[in-house]
Amino acid sequence: MDSLVKSPWVVHYNCNSCNGCDIEFLACLTPLYDAERFGILHVGNPKHADMLVVTGAVNHRNSRVLRRVYEQMPEPKVVVALGVCTATGGIFAEGYNVLGGIDRVIPVDVFVPGCPPRPEAMIDGIVAALSRLSAKGRGQEVGPAKKDRITYQRPSDPAAEGKDDAAHRP
Amino acid sequence: MTTETIIRVLAALLAPPLIGALCFGLDRKITARFQGRIGPPVWQPFYDVAKLWRKEPMVLNRVKTLYVYLHLAFMMMVMVLLVLGEDMLMVLFAHAFSSIALILGAMSVRSPYSRLGAMRKIMQMLAYEPVLVLMVVGIALDNASFSASDIWVRPQPLLYSLPLVFLAFFVAALIKLDKSPFDVATSHHAHQELVKGVTLEFSGPYLALIEITHFYETFLVLAVMAFFWITEPAVGVGLAAAGFLGLIVVDNISARLTTRSMVKIMWTVPLMLTIINILWLYR
Repeated sequence: MDSLVKSPWVVHYNCNSCNGCDIEFLACLTPLYDAERFGILHVGNPKHADMLVVTGAVNHRNSRVLRRVYEQMPEPKVVVALGVCTATGGIFAEGYNVLGGIDRVIPVDVFVPGCPPRPEAMIDGIVAALSRLSAKGRGQEVGPAKKDRITYQRPSDPAAEGKDDAAHRP
Repeated sequence: MTTETIIRVLAALLAPPLIGALCFGLDRKITARFQGRIGPPVWQPFYDVAKLWRKEPMVLNRVKTLYVYLHLAFMMMVMVLLVLGEDMLMVLFAHAFSSIALILGAMSVRSPYSRLGAMRKIMQMLAYEPVLVLMVVGIALDNASFSASDIWVRPQPLLYSLPLVFLAFFVAALIKLDKSPFDVATSHHAHQELVKGVTLEFSGPYLALIEITHFYETFLVLAVMAFFWITEPAVGVGLAAAGFLGLIVVDNISARLTTRSMVKIMWTVPLMLTIINILWLYR
């Protein structure tokens, strides 16, 4: 039995989100969805957390902050990216200050698609990240996260070119 | 030192964290039911500590880690002193040193939130220590001895002579176990807020040590409640269980107070209750 899987403590960072995902994420903690029944605790402190939950696209100003929050978490740790903004930049992708998905700044373990994803999908994403957390705890290598087919891919972005699995392209 | 003493000391060191963790798990379950949730399994505190133990130790400075160990060590000393039937004032001092070690640990880093938490912890100590000291004085006056071992051989329960002190201790226990309305230094609910300050800079195994100390504290509070009717141990355990349920209920129905109003309340109502009780005993 792996204790890492039994008590994932989550810290939530809002990069550049419209708050849609944030509100849905907070809904996971309400009595209706009750994330605590899986031992999931929403802590406000990266030093206590095992899992970083990020909402929103990353921009020039907050990429540093996001990296710092990530670096403050003790190993083993995983990152769950909620919503399309965290994958590609979403509707903000064309913004002059927007860098794109958060995987350009920190390694991501699970992408949860949706705009916003439903709370059930978010809890699913966290539970999916647990197996990767457990593997990291055993010192195993885990590959990059699978980025599912997403609504929009910035065409002029050379960094994003060829990053996705070609089979997943629309 | 006889074999029996060694067994008693070992039991005093091993049983309390297990019982305390189980009580804390029950607390989380009951709290969840109050809020209409299913809640985590009763074993959740064990999983949490086991997980924290496996995390990477992040050390800001070595002094801080020393204070975490002292925090636990003094709490273990409290247990040993109690089970050996030593002086209750000594127990009280060791218990205070345990809290002071945590405060010093939180103060030893330059994080403003950690220091704010430490200051709030000091305010908590300021609020409950007079009540605890007067409780010990009351017990000692009634027993004609400061030894913890003499509580076991009383003809009648302590609760008969110290009912108001028990009420005051109940309020102090709310602070001791970080329950609302007095959870100003660290809380089990408001993880994102300022009130998590004192544990802010501790992570991984060091946070696990603080959690284990909290299990000891939970057991200590319940044991003191049981001491009020220890002439019949079954009734004493029932009293502790009822007191614990009362703590959980109060935790769930009250909002958090400011540090200042916490000190004001503690220095008026519970302190007056203890003083009236002692005066009434020796009128």
